[in-house]
Amino acid sequence: MTRCRLPFSPWIVKFAGTQTSKKRQWNFSLWTGFLLVLAGFMSYVPFFALFPITRDFPWVNLLLFVTGGTLLVSGLRRAFRQPELFRGKILGSIMALLSIAGIGFFAFGLFCVARQLPASAAAPHVGQKAPEFTLLDQNGKSVALADLLSSPPAGAAGTKANGVLLIFYRGHW
Amino acid sequence: MRSFQQRLPDFNTRGIRVVAISVDAPDINRRHCQKLGFTYTFLSDPKAEAIRRYDLLHPGGGPNGADIARPAEFLIDSSGTIRWVNLTESVTVRARPDQVLKEFDDLKLTSPPGG
Repeated sequence: MTRCRLPFSPWIVKFAGTQTSKKRQWNFSLWTGFLLVLAGFMSYVPFFALFPITRDFPWVNLLLFVTGGTLLVSGLRRAFRQPELFRGKILGSIMALLSIAGIGFFAFGLFCVARQLPASAAAPHVGQKAPEFTLLDQNGKSVALADLLSSPPAGAAGTKANGVLLIFYRGHW
Repeated sequence: MRSFQQRLPDFNTRGIRVVAISVDAPDINRRHCQKLGFTYTFLSDPKAEAIRRYDLLHPGGGPNGADIARPAEFLIDSSGTIRWVNLTESVTVRARPDQVLKEFDDLKLTSPPGG
């Protein structure tokens, strides 16, 4: 009797196999991980760079990368170790590669490109007289440093300024 | 830029003029001031004359290889002497209003009443 059944057993196994593959679980940690990495990549410039506390050092973005990366790794592990239970071998690998590229790009931009600034060794030092200049303001009026020093800011008492703060910046673009 | 506008009353009461300088043209500055509600002075240095005088030129640092200013802040007292300089190492790290106000207060740059 048992001999009779033997030829059928591979069929049964194969059938059972296709059944489980249809029921394979959606690999949520892969997706959550990827979305977190994506959020970390996209959120710095439009959002976290607006606040000093998250701008000077991008700790929220790095936290998103670490959390997302951990989830991605555990999701990939599941997909490869238990492919009969979890989906995402191919898609998970693509998401992992994209994440690595994104994190690398982010880190390169923020920690290398953003720091490529001229040394400005000849910039005026503390104690020196501030170099004079005459430039046009936003109303097209010619303004010299001496003018700035000789007039107080709006609403301030006195006849001249107690100080001038010059903020050189890269421009709006 | 936004943060200095938010703290502008604190600069005004101390008698500090806040002045931003970039290579942007006056009409670009005017449009941005209107759009973002900036009321302090924005100076236009399209030929980077003042920027060069302060050795802050960042050649090719702008879009399409344009020469722009690197970020930097200078606090100048009423006699025209530089009292505090901040040259950042990263474009994402800038001086904060609180930092400047504290420097100003620590340096006691406010002239005595009537003086």
